[in-house]
Amino acid sequence: MQILVIGLNHKTASIEVREKFAFDNEKLGEALKILKASGLTSENVILSTCNRVEMYAGVKDLDSGIEGIKDFLAGFHNVPKKALEEALFILHGSEAIRHVFRVASGLDSMVLGEPQILGQIKDAFDFSLKNKATGALLNKLMKKTFSVAKRTRTETGIGKGAVNISYAAVELAKKIFDDLSTKTFLLIGAGEMGELAAKHLINNGVKDVIVTNRTYERAEKLAAEFNGRTVRFEEYMQELKHIDIIISAVDVRKHILTKEDIHGVMKARKQKPVYIIDISDPRSIDPEIDKLDNVYRFDIDNLRGIVDVNEEERKKEAQKAENIVTSEVESFLRWQESLSAVPTIVALRDKAEAIRKDELEKTLKKLGPMEEEQIKSIEYLTISIVNKLIHPPTSALKSEDEDKELLIDTVRKLYALEVKKENEEE
Amino acid sequence: MEINVLLFELALTFYFIAAIMGVIELFRRRKTVSKTTGYLALAGFLFHSVNIIARYIKGGHIPVTNLHEAASFMSWCIVLLFLLHEYRYKLGLLSSFIMPIVLIFMLSSSIFPREIKEISPLLRSYWFGIHVILAFMGNAAFAMACGIGIMYLIQERYVKSKRLSGLFLKLPSLQSLEEINYHLITMGFPLLTLAIISGVIWANTAWGTYWRWDPKEVWSLITWLIYAIVLHLRLSIGWRGKKAAILSILGFALVMFTFFGVTLLLKGIHVFN
Repeated sequence: MQILVIGLNHKTASIEVREKFAFDNEKLGEALKILKASGLTSENVILSTCNRVEMYAGVKDLDSGIEGIKDFLAGFHNVPKKALEEALFILHGSEAIRHVFRVASGLDSMVLGEPQILGQIKDAFDFSLKNKATGALLNKLMKKTFSVAKRTRTETGIGKGAVNISYAAVELAKKIFDDLSTKTFLLIGAGEMGELAAKHLINNGVKDVIVTNRTYERAEKLAAEFNGRTVRFEEYMQELKHIDIIISAVDVRKHILTKEDIHGVMKARKQKPVYIIDISDPRSIDPEIDKLDNVYRFDIDNLRGIVDVNEEERKKEAQKAENIVTSEVESFLRWQESLSAVPTIVALRDKAEAIRKDELEKTLKKLGPMEEEQIKSIEYLTISIVNKLIHPPTSALKSEDEDKELLIDTVRKLYALEVKKENEEE
Repeated sequence: MEINVLLFELALTFYFIAAIMGVIELFRRRKTVSKTTGYLALAGFLFHSVNIIARYIKGGHIPVTNLHEAASFMSWCIVLLFLLHEYRYKLGLLSSFIMPIVLIFMLSSSIFPREIKEISPLLRSYWFGIHVILAFMGNAAFAMACGIGIMYLIQERYVKSKRLSGLFLKLPSLQSLEEINYHLITMGFPLLTLAIISGVIWANTAWGTYWRWDPKEVWSLITWLIYAIVLHLRLSIGWRGKKAAILSILGFALVMFTFFGVTLLLKGIHVFN
């Protein structure tokens, strides 16, 4: 049984192509049923997300498995096989295992180290389990995959540090304030950018929301959505002394808040800290404000700078994660190896040979001095007896039988063989 | 080896390891902060407590009559407050900034003579105990405020320079540091005030005068004034954050001077001999 990975993802296919091959839950169940019935693959997990459609399969014969899955994909989605082949990648053996480990670790994702993919793989595996589409090989592979993903994420910083601007803004808020739920937040400018940034803050606990906008209706609409209140654009200045967090997302060519404005506000609020996020482009808040104590101002370039640093950091950490993946692939291969017939055959031979030598020695001692010729004959006799006896089990083990695993296990038990086996890590 | 010496050395060793590990923690790249330093400090604290109780029983008074005892008791008070804060707030990296201060007191303590001295019957009064405990706990609170003030300044630097890496990730939020710093000063200040008052009463019973302009009295008064100013400015015009942090570091520098400098350089009746 071999591991085969066939699929298409953001690296091999455009979104239009990926969409054509996507599986929703209903289709997924159907697909697993068809594959099982076809007998082309023995075990199946199908991962279908917006960035990838990947099939993880256990197959007995590689070539027929590959062709079978290609036909299935083309047929199931009603797309010409040729179009499919252009977008497809095919991996087997150690590369297939490495791929699965890397995907789960977020090493293959568009945003390096992003965490959702692990959950998606878990869901895909659970779905296959429920539909009884997996077996010993994929179960083991998936279990190992989850432990590898856990290792790469805890032992390296691949998932650390905000890598988008809204997250970076929230991360900062949490290092400035202790408890966001007690803070008052003012959104200046109810456009799309402002809305997005505000949402992140609100999702992270900010409750008291005030929205102001040049067009009052728009402010009201957004405030309703956020369970907040509104203040007229001409009047928000008066509110500032109660405000702890400001997001400014307005399209103006001047500074709507100057150093003097904020200086006055800080005096009025007895220097209680203020966090200002200026995501307007060009900037709408005077950067000179940075010189004031207890005011923390960040503009879009600052936030981008932070995100860039974090991305660089993740890239460095990714190398460590790749090393972990490599060593885990090796350990998985060793496990697979131990399942194959070769070590069992070797053990069987070794055992027979040991018995033969042992008994031969004892007999020769008993018989006393003998001609060289006679000793050779006896030795030849023992060799041929042993060979004839172990030939049938050996050739049975070598054949590609249905129940090979069972056979290996039986032989080991019958002959009390000790085969070196990779220790299970879980 | 005398059991007391052994206990002291054990406490010193644990604090030493905790301080070193705390400092190493600053340079480790991991985002999470290890809890080991806290447990090490706790282990040292237990030995230390037994040491102090043993000396108390042997001498019959709170062991602060020479520099060895005073510095040792001061560390004990700081560790006590540290452990309480560590348990209550679980501030990342607190031990990295507090345990080195503890170590300074412990190491100083270890170089001074350790014999237990009789104190003059003049000084034997329960005012002595009250005065000492108030003064030492007050100063320990200022030591904590200083450590937290340093943490605040570092974190503030990171945020102001718009860098979100390194210690930024491990240090607590500015608001928690600021609030705990403030709360420590509001705790230390009344303690110091009461210490001065009880000292005045005790002086009167011992020497018959309330105030003798002894160098330690003078410097304690200056320290008291600094913290009074910190609190006043915060309440009146909102001197908080960076300014408060710097003042709490300065204030503790004064405490240190009063503690070591006055004793060693200026001498007076307060000398812990």
